[in-house]
Amino acid sequence: MTDLLNKHSFVELGARQRAKALLDTGTLRELLDPFQRVMSPWLARQGVVPQADDGVVIAKGSIGGLPVVIAAIEGAFQGGSLGEVGGAKIAGALELAADDNRNGIPTRAVLLLETGGVRLQEANLGLAAIADIHAAIVDLRQYQPVVGVVAGSVGCFGGMSIAAGLCSYLLVTQEARLGLNGPQVIEQEAGLEEYDSRDRPFIWSLTGGEQRFASGLADRFVADDVAQIRQQVSELLQQGLPEQQRSRQADLFLQRLARLDAEPQIDAATVRDLYQGERS
Amino acid sequence: METLSFEFPAGQPPRGRTLVGCVGSGDLEVMIEPGQAGKLTIKVQTSVNGAEQRWQHLFARMFDGQTPSAMAIDIHDFGATPGVVRLRLEQGFEEIGHD
Amino acid sequence: MSSYSLRGLHWFNALSAGAKPVDGLPASLKVADGVVGEQPVRFIAVVADPDNRFVRARNGEVGLLEGWGLAKAVDEIIAADADKSHKRAVIAIVDVPSQAYGRREEALGIHQALAAAADSYARARLAGHAVIGLLVGKAMSGAFLAHGYQANRLIALRDPGVMVHAMGKASAARVTLRSVEELEALAASVPPMAYDIDSYASLGLLWETLSVEQIEQPTSADLARVTECLSLAIGDVATSGRDLSGRLGASNRAASSKVRQLLREQW
Repeated sequence: MTDLLNKHSFVELGARQRAKALLDTGTLRELLDPFQRVMSPWLARQGVVPQADDGVVIAKGSIGGLPVVIAAIEGAFQGGSLGEVGGAKIAGALELAADDNRNGIPTRAVLLLETGGVRLQEANLGLAAIADIHAAIVDLRQYQPVVGVVAGSVGCFGGMSIAAGLCSYLLVTQEARLGLNGPQVIEQEAGLEEYDSRDRPFIWSLTGGEQRFASGLADRFVADDVAQIRQQVSELLQQGLPEQQRSRQADLFLQRLARLDAEPQIDAATVRDLYQGERS
Repeated sequence: METLSFEFPAGQPPRGRTLVGCVGSGDLEVMIEPGQAGKLTIKVQTSVNGAEQRWQHLFARMFDGQTPSAMAIDIHDFGATPGVVRLRLEQGFEEIGHD
Repeated sequence: MSSYSLRGLHWFNALSAGAKPVDGLPASLKVADGVVGEQPVRFIAVVADPDNRFVRARNGEVGLLEGWGLAKAVDEIIAADADKSHKRAVIAIVDVPSQAYGRREEALGIHQALAAAADSYARARLAGHAVIGLLVGKAMSGAFLAHGYQANRLIALRDPGVMVHAMGKASAARVTLRSVEELEALAASVPPMAYDIDSYASLGLLWETLSVEQIEQPTSADLARVTECLSLAIGDVATSGRDLSGRLGASNRAASSKVRQLLREQW
């Protein structure tokens, strides 16, 4: 415990430690903890070793005194991929948080996103769970903020990048990457010329946390430091609902895309130029 | 993937329980809970096949010359080296001891 | 022979015959206001646009324009019916081979565009619109999440070309370090990994599976059958809730229910 508090890097913490680091001291209560052994019914039969919590930690507690449920994805287990159980844990927790609000309890949610998206060994059940997560974010977001945190080192991809796009607020670090498709898959589908998955500087320049913040696709850009991340998350939760939800700006983004010359291949500066301007 | 079971003589069950590690590449998850008095049981699910002897030796060496407490240990292993296994187990024992 | 599917377009044209086309949207979106039986509805399809300004989205993929455009098409309905007690149904005709894979897409935040579409469909559902997904072709991954997966009711036509999946076979094999043959063998014994619509139906996610005579170009009998099913689905939504709980309950998705039950007990 003392060891944990002395660490400053958030990125190097596991999912459970991250949840603990964000919640007010002594308030964490984990739901469906690993000792309950609700594990993937699909991995072992494919010869893949399961994890006792299926790679997702659900913790209730408070942040700055406000009631919160945290869903933290363990990026080290199967690349943070979401299967049936892990996905249902996140969706179910968000659904209950929305129910809380309908019953007068203002539960907020924080999602710690380190995930490649759907776990391919559970393919369609992972995809279905992610659709449930999307539905639950949109529902809960009517009442209280849902704060997404992409700290790194896995980043946030696939269907869960859409979940990140649905959050009331999104916080990223320098170590974060955020994108729909993983670099390997883009290269596989579109070719090396389009997307070189081994060119790390190129990939970071387009999808890294700094670029996402600079182009207005994230709300906060924070150093990889436990205290600062906790402070920023707390501020966002206190702030209440955003004036304008990013995923509800279709007209604005369609206008911006209309202004773009889509002929030449794109670079990071072009995106910043096109998307900047509204940030206060 | 293989599932292995081991048993060693033990003393009294510990009071607490703990979990250390993660099923990441080259790592493992170790869950320790109180077991039946007199018995230490270990269940291992591992991605590496044909390593039963190595696990047996590793545990035997760790418990050699001492009476461990009666723990029920569950291990989910993703190809950890013996050094990492030992580290995680010791970490777990220490946390149990502090309870 | 075109390189892209025309199913979505053909079903859109058949279902929306006589409906009023909605303009002001990207050419890759077909949107029209019409009726299903007596019910006023908005039909929405994503179709191939060979002249799409974004070259990686010319074969019916859901890309930047499609994501934001879908959001706009659905938002219009939500706004127009905001003060009405009866909300129009939204019919998403689904034939989407994938999301768009490209540099421009990632750089410009395709995830945000798809989030906008999912957001609008989900809000339409929460506002009391019946949202029905009609699967006539592929319903792949992020494309399906943006166009169809937020529906209250999913209806699939039974055909080998109708498939729901998280990733195409070649990419899935590469990512899971398996051969395509190994992947297919696994898919045969693990229902969520399968690509066929009956395996998908066993997960409990579909409200109805329908057989038709001509999947590529519906006959009048096909049209009548699908129209009737859409009517029933709209009626069914009216009698039950606005959430997605209707998808839970199948034995092949038992863990999803169990997790929710345990969470509720421990909440």
